[in-house]
Amino acid sequence: MAEVHVPSALQPLFDGLPRRMDVDAATVAEAIDRLDERWPGLRDRLCEPGPMLRRHIAVYVDRERAALDAPLEKGSRVDVIAAISGG
Amino acid sequence: MSRMLLLVGTRKGCFVLEAGVDRKKWKIRGPYCEAWPIYHAIYDSESGSIYAAAGSEWFGATIWRSTDLGETWEQSSEGLAYENGDLKLSKVSSVAAAHGRLLVGAEAAGLFESRDGGQTFSLLTTLDGLPGRDKWNNPDNQPPGHLGLSAILPHPEDPNRLWVIVQGHSIFETTDGGETWTPRNRGLRADWPLENPEVGYCVHKLVLAPDRERMYQQNHVGMHRSDDAGKSWVEISEGLPTEFGFAAAVHPHDRETFYVIPLDPGHGRCMPDGKAAVWRTKDAGATWERLDRGLPQQDAFVGVLREGMSNDELDTPGLYFGTSTGQVFASADEGETWSEIASYLPGISSVEVAVVQ
Repeated sequence: MAEVHVPSALQPLFDGLPRRMDVDAATVAEAIDRLDERWPGLRDRLCEPGPMLRRHIAVYVDRERAALDAPLEKGSRVDVIAAISGG
Repeated sequence: MSRMLLLVGTRKGCFVLEAGVDRKKWKIRGPYCEAWPIYHAIYDSESGSIYAAAGSEWFGATIWRSTDLGETWEQSSEGLAYENGDLKLSKVSSVAAAHGRLLVGAEAAGLFESRDGGQTFSLLTTLDGLPGRDKWNNPDNQPPGHLGLSAILPHPEDPNRLWVIVQGHSIFETTDGGETWTPRNRGLRADWPLENPEVGYCVHKLVLAPDRERMYQQNHVGMHRSDDAGKSWVEISEGLPTEFGFAAAVHPHDRETFYVIPLDPGHGRCMPDGKAAVWRTKDAGATWERLDRGLPQQDAFVGVLREGMSNDELDTPGLYFGTSTGQVFASADEGETWSEIASYLPGISSVEVAVVQ
């Protein structure tokens, strides 16, 4: 079970989406799939067709930058970050 | 009781301006759509829904929808993607609703439809095989602000007939619901070399007169009129201060009357000399008159984008335009006099008007 944190900017888009949740998944992609099952459309907000992470979305697993195929272990912390920008 | 609804798409969300049918006192609601950049927001009179084409730098392109006139919103982009091949959907730039379906134009150029009120989408066409298709999808040929399929104009009565604009390249018409398409640029001017005379024209805005035969367009080079529903065009720029602009509107009851907002054709793309004006022809482009009563006439360096002007269809029709610096101006008397009904919105991409109950 990984501990997944998502950006607050996603919360208004999906009813009941918490900032932090426990997800049973073997990879980052699987974790996003689990979230998409619960909140349909969430994957589209984080990923482009391919699938690949959107340009300004970054994922860290235990504080290391990670790709969609990065493995998750029991107790892994996954941070999904929307890049900081201005304007 | 009827009321007017003005949908204003901005760089920071969708706003709704409301007034009675006298169109005198406007109230502003918003920002909606989580302040995502909105390229085009429309009202679908068949379903009573508002749809807004949006693109977030972080979360991608989507269509926001509201079934309660903007009080609550949902979004979906399910199916709104190029799954195969080399095209990348970078934004949804135009939206139209007619005959029970929602149509969405995308960058790179493609046309999607939704038949379930914007919950799911399917790709109708990427205009494969048409002249210029390879060129407009080549990133080396795409100008700043590239919008792909930048406009959709459904025929109001014929569900199989519609026109689209591929920005910088062509109008295309289908009469069979999107199976086949024909370029509709004959007679247009291009001030640049053309590899194929059928395409390569920079059409900014296309509008259809109430007789469904006359069309007007604001082009990168000139205003143009068609008397045969786009099959051929004649230029009607003479008498206007510049030949460049983006926005255009028709008169809903008079095929001879048409409105444009000429802009400085340089990179400033503001109204000339810092004096705001809408220009009107009442004789199909033979002569033009400047309409500026109530518009700022000093230091008003404002621009209006392609979806930035709209007309209502009341007996004495109203006109509305929003600027790229966040002002909305309205006229309740066919453009004769104007008032500023919003002053400090984010930069405006689109203005659409509806009468709702």
